[in-house]
Amino acid sequence: MKNILMATTALALTAGSAFAEDVKIGVILGFTGPLESITPAMAAGAELAMAEVSESGALLDGSTVTAVRADSTCIDAGAATTAAERLITSEGVSAIMGADCSGVTGAILSNVALPNGTVMISPSATSPGLSEVEDNGLFFRTSPSDARQGEIMTAILNDRGITDVAVTYTNNDYGKGLADAFAGSFEAAGGTVTISAAHEDGKADYSAEVGALASGGGDVLVVAGYVDQGGSGIVRSAIDAGAFDTFYFPDGMVGTKLNENFGSELNGSIGSYPGTDSEGASMFFGLATAAGFDGTGSYSAESYDAAALLMLAMQAAGSSASADLKDHVMDVANAPGTEIFPGELAKGLELLAAGEEINYVGATAIELIGAGESAGNFQEIEFADGVYSTVNFR
Amino acid sequence: MDYLNALVALANFVIVPGLAYGAQLAIGALGVTMIYGVLRFSNFAHGDTMAFGTAITILFTWLFQSWGISLGPLPTALLALPFGIAGCALLVLGTDRVVYKFYRAQKAKPVILVIVSLGVMFVMNGIVRFVIGVRDINFADGERFIISARDFKEMTGLDEGLAIKTTQMITVVVAIIVMALLFYFLNKTRTGKSMRAFSDNEDLALLSGINPERVVLVTWLIVAALATTAGVLYGLDKSFKAFTYFQLLLPIFASAIVGGIGNPVGAIAGGFTIAFAEVTITYAWKKVLTYVMPESLEPDGLVQLLSTDYKFAVSFAILIIVLLFKPTGLFKGQSI
Repeated sequence: MKNILMATTALALTAGSAFAEDVKIGVILGFTGPLESITPAMAAGAELAMAEVSESGALLDGSTVTAVRADSTCIDAGAATTAAERLITSEGVSAIMGADCSGVTGAILSNVALPNGTVMISPSATSPGLSEVEDNGLFFRTSPSDARQGEIMTAILNDRGITDVAVTYTNNDYGKGLADAFAGSFEAAGGTVTISAAHEDGKADYSAEVGALASGGGDVLVVAGYVDQGGSGIVRSAIDAGAFDTFYFPDGMVGTKLNENFGSELNGSIGSYPGTDSEGASMFFGLATAAGFDGTGSYSAESYDAAALLMLAMQAAGSSASADLKDHVMDVANAPGTEIFPGELAKGLELLAAGEEINYVGATAIELIGAGESAGNFQEIEFADGVYSTVNFR
Repeated sequence: MDYLNALVALANFVIVPGLAYGAQLAIGALGVTMIYGVLRFSNFAHGDTMAFGTAITILFTWLFQSWGISLGPLPTALLALPFGIAGCALLVLGTDRVVYKFYRAQKAKPVILVIVSLGVMFVMNGIVRFVIGVRDINFADGERFIISARDFKEMTGLDEGLAIKTTQMITVVVAIIVMALLFYFLNKTRTGKSMRAFSDNEDLALLSGINPERVVLVTWLIVAALATTAGVLYGLDKSFKAFTYFQLLLPIFASAIVGGIGNPVGAIAGGFTIAFAEVTITYAWKKVLTYVMPESLEPDGLVQLLSTDYKFAVSFAILIIVLLFKPTGLFKGQSI
């Protein structure tokens, strides 16, 4: 009893003080499950930012930052909630970088982050639903909502004079959300969605889906699926049956697998995926390569930015407590102020300590809008001679 | 009104893919039904047996390709198929020796064997992934199309294209050959007859001097051949992915049960029933109807009976209806 009393008194004394401390930040990502192939590079991105800040000694009078990893599993809301609970109650993290998938992110937010008042910045949850969720100003994301991608897709198709499209989506939150967001935006812009049909991933045969899609007709087939799952099966079947010649590929479909699987059969097809031509991106790739991981991995740069924003906000608030830092995330991310790029976190921290304003640009040219989500930068791609290449940034 | 275009559209999107898919399911269901008929249990490892045979075939295909051997317009995999069957036969015979033989000697109940096969399924699942990985593999080579949609349009001047893939044609032809061989074997040869006798009445067969171990051996060999052939045909037509083969198990079992499990004719009928049910009931008839209806009656909507989300519900609804009203299946199989 005596020990507990002393420990809690000691905690109460250190919390919120300006003395150097060891700040813990939770890194909760799906280290097992469907995203297990990309999460290592995401965690490495976030930990790179933390290492940079710790070495600089500029955060809150020389505080160091430690990452505490936890597994969100991407799909199991119960396991993710337990993991987040452990981070906050037993590890005592100040804030959370994560989670990755939209479903578990929502679960952690409402079950753990809200009751405990902990700030979360997700690098990769893109469901439009998270824009409206009740968050008491605790939730941010460094990736754009899929609603934004729907608008980008509409703009790209409109620019090419395409007015009739058929849509097929993978039957989950991502596919359905993106398909709905796109249909809403495309129809508002005067286009027609002839048919919107779901497909299940990993199924044996897609003739039924392609038959229905062909019957609906349209100039382009929009495939809101995954390139290494049913999306490729649909495209294969549609090309073989001569149902569609040109396709539109949103982010889940863009990958080198497309070149390998289809090559010149896709000539003339278009697509879009997150990316920026900002110099921050190449600076981040350089840092990542030096640190020994692949900075081009999906959402690795967003993870770096998420962790960086948390620490910059702590500095701006003068405290590592979530209750204090939550009001400063938007300030450090957006103009006005000195632009801060990856590798310059120490400079940003010093400017903030001197009471000046900063505009964190980071690896993804981040700009937080609305309820605290990235405005999003997309690259427009086009297939020619059997490979895709970026033709435009939006 | 334009009946020709309507017919071509229907053939392109319903009949041709349905025939090919149906043939693949039918050969798969034949394997399941053979095991049920002779060994008396539902083999849940069948999908993964198919995957293993296909994986071996792919490895030999790559070997032949590296040697520069090919079949010209036909896929090299057909040449590698016998080696795949041999590899698959070794696996299933090994499994039988190590696992099933023990339970057979104990005269274990069918339900125990079903659970055992579930365990075998997980082991095979892992073996396949170790051998060839989890990736999507496309191993079809040679000529892709007998006639492509674009060529068909140019040749005939119709608005609708008809695409027939080489693999679809091969699937149907091989399926017919396999079925003919199987029926010849079961009905005309001594071994085939002893298998049927064993299936009909085990005790009587034993009394009349049929060697049970030999019947079991031959059954597994046939099953290995059927599983590998079905797997390779499917993989050529679509692509190979370990996970998809595992998922194939459901439509294959549905086919075998709808047709009447234990009855080879039923397996074939069941395969085509399930394949066409999946494609036709969720087909949007707008395209076809636009051609055959007078202009004033042309449909605005998609004229789709059910959304494609429900295509699996359709095959299972058929399965339930058949089991309710005819528990032995469309053709008289064994009741479950």
